[in-house]
Amino acid sequence: MKYAIILLAILGFSFAPQQYPNADTIIKNIDDNMYSNSLISTSKMTIYGKRNNRTITSKSYTQGSTKSFTEYLAPAREKGTKMLKLEDKLWIYSPSSDRTIQISGHMLKQSLMGSDLSYEDMMDERELTDIYNAKVTGSEVIDGRKAWVIALTAKVTDATYAKQKVWVDQERYVPLRQDMIAKSGKLLKRVTLSNVQKISGRWFPKKMNYKDMLKQGKGTDFEFVSIQFNPKIPVHIFSKASLKK
Amino acid sequence: MKQAIKLAYRNLIGAGLRTWLNVSVLSFSFVVILFYNGLIDGWNKQARRDTIEWETGNGHLTHHLFDPFDPYTILDGHASINDLDVSDLNPVLVRQASIYPEGRMLTVALKGIKPNQSALKLPTQMLDTNCTEIPLLIGQNMARSSGLRKGDIALLQWKDKNGTLDAADAIIVDVFKTTVPTIDGGQLYTSINRLWEITNLKNEATFLIANKDYNGSGNIENWVFKTQDELLATLDKVIATEKASGSIFYILLMLIALLAIFDTQVLSIFRRQKEIGTYMALGMTKSQVVKLFTIEGLMYSILAMIVGCTWGIPILNYFANNGIPYPIDNMDDFGISISSIMYPIYSLKLILGTVIAVVISATIVSYLPARKITKMNAVDALKGKLQ
Repeated sequence: MKYAIILLAILGFSFAPQQYPNADTIIKNIDDNMYSNSLISTSKMTIYGKRNNRTITSKSYTQGSTKSFTEYLAPAREKGTKMLKLEDKLWIYSPSSDRTIQISGHMLKQSLMGSDLSYEDMMDERELTDIYNAKVTGSEVIDGRKAWVIALTAKVTDATYAKQKVWVDQERYVPLRQDMIAKSGKLLKRVTLSNVQKISGRWFPKKMNYKDMLKQGKGTDFEFVSIQFNPKIPVHIFSKASLKK
Repeated sequence: MKQAIKLAYRNLIGAGLRTWLNVSVLSFSFVVILFYNGLIDGWNKQARRDTIEWETGNGHLTHHLFDPFDPYTILDGHASINDLDVSDLNPVLVRQASIYPEGRMLTVALKGIKPNQSALKLPTQMLDTNCTEIPLLIGQNMARSSGLRKGDIALLQWKDKNGTLDAADAIIVDVFKTTVPTIDGGQLYTSINRLWEITNLKNEATFLIANKDYNGSGNIENWVFKTQDELLATLDKVIATEKASGSIFYILLMLIALLAIFDTQVLSIFRRQKEIGTYMALGMTKSQVVKLFTIEGLMYSILAMIVGCTWGIPILNYFANNGIPYPIDNMDDFGISISSIMYPIYSLKLILGTVIAVVISATIVSYLPARKITKMNAVDALKGKLQ
């Protein structure tokens, strides 16, 4: 009898449902790591082409989720190109033609500088908790790190991606992989995050690879050279006048 | 007058080679004018017919925010057609999409149209299929540039009405051949019902194509009606420009021919001063002599037209029946309808107009040097004294 009870207890523990943490808490922790009130960063974007690769250096200023200013510093062909995002509008200034054009509508689907990122990928900087309902569906190991697997389902009608699947480092609350999925279930884009470092008290992935899963190729690498969280950014940076300076 | 014509004819024939050289050049100009204008007229008629059959139908009822030349207007340029009488109208919904043939991305305009429509020559009946993939109809140019063929499956990506991305496999059900590039390059056609389903834009349209029984002609709230002529205005302007720019060639040719006649007349008057003096001594007035020489010049144009008809009619007739092949590698670059074989059309208006133009211009260039005769002294002319 005693042995039966012990056996039952062992079996009971085996079949008891695994306790996953609350997905919303995980997402909130991710948002705390990944988002800040303001951000100044210098980054390198490597675009892998069929015949050659290109590396573009840029400096970005971000205020909340609605304002962003980027200036391209290298190579010479891209130097001086600037982008300004205010709310849902995006402008690009080209020094070669000395013109500022607004990118909107279908143009947002165009690739950013020939990369696997599109302009619309940059536009939606709302926090994940604002857009998705989250549910932890499992646990996997990614690059030697234990990660929660979280399924995100859009709770707003205007989310760009109906579903996402995110692998989150269980210890650091940093996404290690993010799959963007269409309504039909087709995998559209994959972001692989790596080189996670502690910066200003938060864990942050300094390298990201964006891959359009519908296209051939190696995708685009995005590497942060330097990051400052919550710096004070002059207001005039986020104005159309700063595009032509 | 009869006498003048007889004299003029005799003088011309008497001049021999000089006359036939002038007549040859003038006849060549005459035939080239007819050929070129006939070609343009034929192209115009063909292009209009093809554009009506493949694109415009009997007119378009277009959403007031949609501009077919501005892709930015696709996003908001559509509305519900529930309040419209669509019995003689065929709705078309346009959305931006991307297609991925063999891992490459192409941005396209995805147009939903009724499979059973009869307003256009598009083989839309091929879209009436129950396949799980999204059926697509593409033009030959699109097929060439995308590398897609009938039966190929490629991934199609689009956004629904809220801007959420979606993607699914699509199958090419047919590839159509058309001379109208504006409905071919960068465009995919699918069943409008399927497009409504995948975009959640049920019963919405960007524009509606009127079939030949459509009686409405005015605008309706939020919709602007464009007649066939309004839709063909761009085509007409391009062809008029082509006609004008091409006319430079045959005008130059005509000028050369007329210059030759002018020079011949000047030389003729100079050399025949004694003859002119004789005519005056015999009682002809100066104006009658001027008329004689002018008629000689006019005879050049008559002879040129006779010679031109002799060798030109068989050639022009051959081209009118068999057409002229026009090899175009990429019709999209041309922007308007142009067939691979063009059939010239020689209307009565064109022929009469050309005849009148040649006759009048030859008469004028003959008259101008002949005016000098009115200043001649009859006695000096009779003596053969140079004036």
